[in-house]
Amino acid sequence: MLKRRDHPYIPNSQTETKKQMMQEIGIKSINELYVDVPEKYLLKKPLNLPEGLSEYEVKKHVETLLSKNKTSKDLPTFLGAGCWPHYIPAAVQNIAERSEFLTSYTPYQPEISQGILQALFEYQSMMCELTSMEVANCSMYDWASAVGEAARMAARITGRKEILIPKIIHPERAATLNAYAEPAGIIVKEVSYRRDDGQISLQDLKEKWSSNTAAVYIENPSYLGFIESQVDEISKEAHAHNALLIVGVDPTSLGILKPPGEYGADIVVGEAQPLGNAMNFGGPLLGIMACRDDMSLIRQMPGRIIGFTTTQDGDRCGFCMTLQTREQHIRREKATSNICSNEALCAVASAVYMALLGPEGLRELGETIMYKANYAIQLLSKIVGVKVPLFKSAHFKEFTVNFDNARLSVKQVNERLLQHHIHGGKDISREFPELDQTALYCVTEIHSKDEIQHLAETLEEIIA
Amino acid sequence: MRNEKNTFRQAAWSEPAIFDLGKSGRRGHVLPVVDEGVRKTVGNIDRLLPESMRRLSRLKLPELSEVEVVRHFLRLSQMNYGVDSGFYPLGSCTMKYNPKINDLLAGLPDLNLLNPYQDESTVQGILEILYRLERWLAEITGTYEVCLHPAAGAHGELLGTLLMRAFHKANGELQRRTDVIIPDSAHGTNPASASMAGFSVIVVPSDDEGCVGLGALKAAVSKRTAGLMLTNPNTLGIFEKNIDEIAGIVHEAGGLLYYDGANLNPLLCKVRPGDMGFDIVHMNIHKTFSTPHGGGGPGAGPVGVCEELGKFLPIPRIMFDGKRYSLNYDKPDSIGKIRSFYGNIAVLLRAYAYILALGREGLEEAAEISVLNANYLVKKLKSIRGLTLPYNDAKPRKHECVFSAKPLKNDTGVSALNVAKRMLDYGMHAPTIYFPQIVEEALMIEPTETFEKEELDRFVEIIEEICQEAYGNPEAVLKAPHNTAISRLDEVKASHPKTMTLSWRMYQARNIQQSKNQPK
Repeated sequence: MLKRRDHPYIPNSQTETKKQMMQEIGIKSINELYVDVPEKYLLKKPLNLPEGLSEYEVKKHVETLLSKNKTSKDLPTFLGAGCWPHYIPAAVQNIAERSEFLTSYTPYQPEISQGILQALFEYQSMMCELTSMEVANCSMYDWASAVGEAARMAARITGRKEILIPKIIHPERAATLNAYAEPAGIIVKEVSYRRDDGQISLQDLKEKWSSNTAAVYIENPSYLGFIESQVDEISKEAHAHNALLIVGVDPTSLGILKPPGEYGADIVVGEAQPLGNAMNFGGPLLGIMACRDDMSLIRQMPGRIIGFTTTQDGDRCGFCMTLQTREQHIRREKATSNICSNEALCAVASAVYMALLGPEGLRELGETIMYKANYAIQLLSKIVGVKVPLFKSAHFKEFTVNFDNARLSVKQVNERLLQHHIHGGKDISREFPELDQTALYCVTEIHSKDEIQHLAETLEEIIA
Repeated sequence: MRNEKNTFRQAAWSEPAIFDLGKSGRRGHVLPVVDEGVRKTVGNIDRLLPESMRRLSRLKLPELSEVEVVRHFLRLSQMNYGVDSGFYPLGSCTMKYNPKINDLLAGLPDLNLLNPYQDESTVQGILEILYRLERWLAEITGTYEVCLHPAAGAHGELLGTLLMRAFHKANGELQRRTDVIIPDSAHGTNPASASMAGFSVIVVPSDDEGCVGLGALKAAVSKRTAGLMLTNPNTLGIFEKNIDEIAGIVHEAGGLLYYDGANLNPLLCKVRPGDMGFDIVHMNIHKTFSTPHGGGGPGAGPVGVCEELGKFLPIPRIMFDGKRYSLNYDKPDSIGKIRSFYGNIAVLLRAYAYILALGREGLEEAAEISVLNANYLVKKLKSIRGLTLPYNDAKPRKHECVFSAKPLKNDTGVSALNVAKRMLDYGMHAPTIYFPQIVEEALMIEPTETFEKEELDRFVEIIEEICQEAYGNPEAVLKAPHNTAISRLDEVKASHPKTMTLSWRMYQARNIQQSKNQPK
């Protein structure tokens, strides 16, 4: 057990120093500094917390606990569903660990924080290129909260109170949107999909429009992995109703997919975790938020935005936080959002990732993912009793696998796969009861041909 | 061996924007080649993609080798300042040292490679860590249970105010309980969060002692009161000694008491918000529990609640039956989700290791030394000409203190902003300035427990030198900083609609007048 005195993180806990400082203040006991705390609230009994440990013991303890986990190192894993496995180049990690970035606060003093400001400006700029938008903020918490904020933003801009969303959406994203929307009086309406290809039903969309529709939100690729290809029609429809088009993206697709800025998106949200950030059991993530160069949109944008400027003497270029009058520390209850701390370091990691890959790398990434995922689709669809995918649409990196004809539940299949040291896809049978026993599988550039073949062979064996 | 004079110079690379670097065709990373067999089986990708959905325009990203990318960002990092660089007395931000072992543990593949939807049998280790962390944080805050989901303090506040909403709704009183009461010294996030959750904000003024005035509070409370959001110790670093009466008044009116945990550090293992009557408590993991702030995040903002509010917390809840850890989604009264998955796990793991390293006594020591350090600075700074300590300068502060540079400004024209900028010239971060708004020319100073006496003494010397300089040669202070990567920036230009440039695209489109220091 470590003595509380002389703790390595607390230099002034050293007896002599402490005494000297107490003398300087003129106190005999530290408790004199707590005199204004009502006596009854000062803890009398020690709290039920562990005793302090040495660094070595902490390391062993945490490593031992973490080693109880099984990861893709131990078993090929075909899970994504909003948090995806991708390779992170060593240089990304190396830069994100630079302690000048890692241990700094929000750049309130820009002159001594040019490094993080420029890195974040570059993140914003590269995100704009990927999405084909002009403005991006320097991050939201994650995709789900970004959708919530985008809905509120659209409601403020249009003065309307309804948001249309696709029925095929990540349930956690929909739940988050509801939590953000409800207090603002925003009503969220679902638009149904076509059963054969999963595409948004334009018929249902037509019926859901009203003079109170602030925006329609679509995703590309969709939660279930297929590409929504009626984007031009939906965009036209939205703008004809003077509503906004909000598009959610997985940016790893944007090296090969038409970017939302090219089909009229007004606001883009999404998840940039796959660009250089580890899964970490689901967090931290990296929410994308971008919009067109239009003051009526920009003024309503939540979150921190880094801008280009010059020194006061005009001599040099530099960067600082901009448009802070939108934010809580100035505008208080009238702010566009309460967000301040965001996911800045994850954004820096993503900037390094995008810079390393460049235009060719991002195109290759998109192609490689699509090749491998579609390879898996082809192999799996040969298995008797398995339907892959459920929807006749192009799929990017995720796809549905249905086991109804095998007379097995996803749960049973996954249990059997686990026994064979494979982790199957996410069970979505409760999220979409109409799709019966269906799982959502994910294949990215890190899955090898052998692993995919092994999955197919094992599934065949399990089902037979 | 030491230099008597200040020789600090921050690195000042003339580093262009990354779009101005590299050459067409250069690669910084190469992906594994897709197997020929896979290509053959799948056929042409273009055939799979509907024509209308193909990217036709080439991505306009920079093209750099790995060497150039690393050099670029390394140079940028050298033009940044972190807690590891030196003293960081940014008030209300609790910029304490970030132990290195915690980063090492957060970088382990056994965490990094975990997908949140893995079978529970494969994630028992991380669930155990999170479950225990919840219990420890509940114990530290004196709350019944803790939710780890919020990604930041403000996100915790949003959850907290949504819980208030859920509580009053369940009681059928949401229609009439429209007001959240907030002191004028509160963080801006409090009113912003209350407003996001659909409440109106009622501001109560502070009294002469810098605390919530009981008379003003009684006048503000009504049958419309949904709750009070309070920071204790408050943003002046002063403990709200009337907390008993405050809690009584709010609870009497049927409101909930919300604790803004930004200033929890001085209370660790000394006093618990739950014991003082707070119903909802958020914590800032990146403040109190030492996790690095990453230049703006990721943080984590867990929320603890009293027993009555537990049923409203977001799903899933982590359960333990004595043998197995599991995730429970079956909570019919839950407000649902405020984000995907279960929280900023890599950040929370660091907090787990931090609590383990310090233990109960270490945490108490951290609290006490943070208060000792702040009061030591109060004692030393009080005698400096040009500065005053508003709101009863004889009263002990807790973890931070707020000085006013108003006399200095009146005497010399040197403002709190100028003092802050001049501090940077010494290789020290500036205090928070102009907050709380109830102190004119505020310098809000929080030393935390992790800086040694010598560094605190140096801080005092620097402040003294700057104030003397203001009286003797104000020019140097007014034009500061001089030793940072760049001199004072034109922040008005950055936000003006005519010059505002928020991306490389906008920069090119607006064809901003190029400055001398080309190209950047």
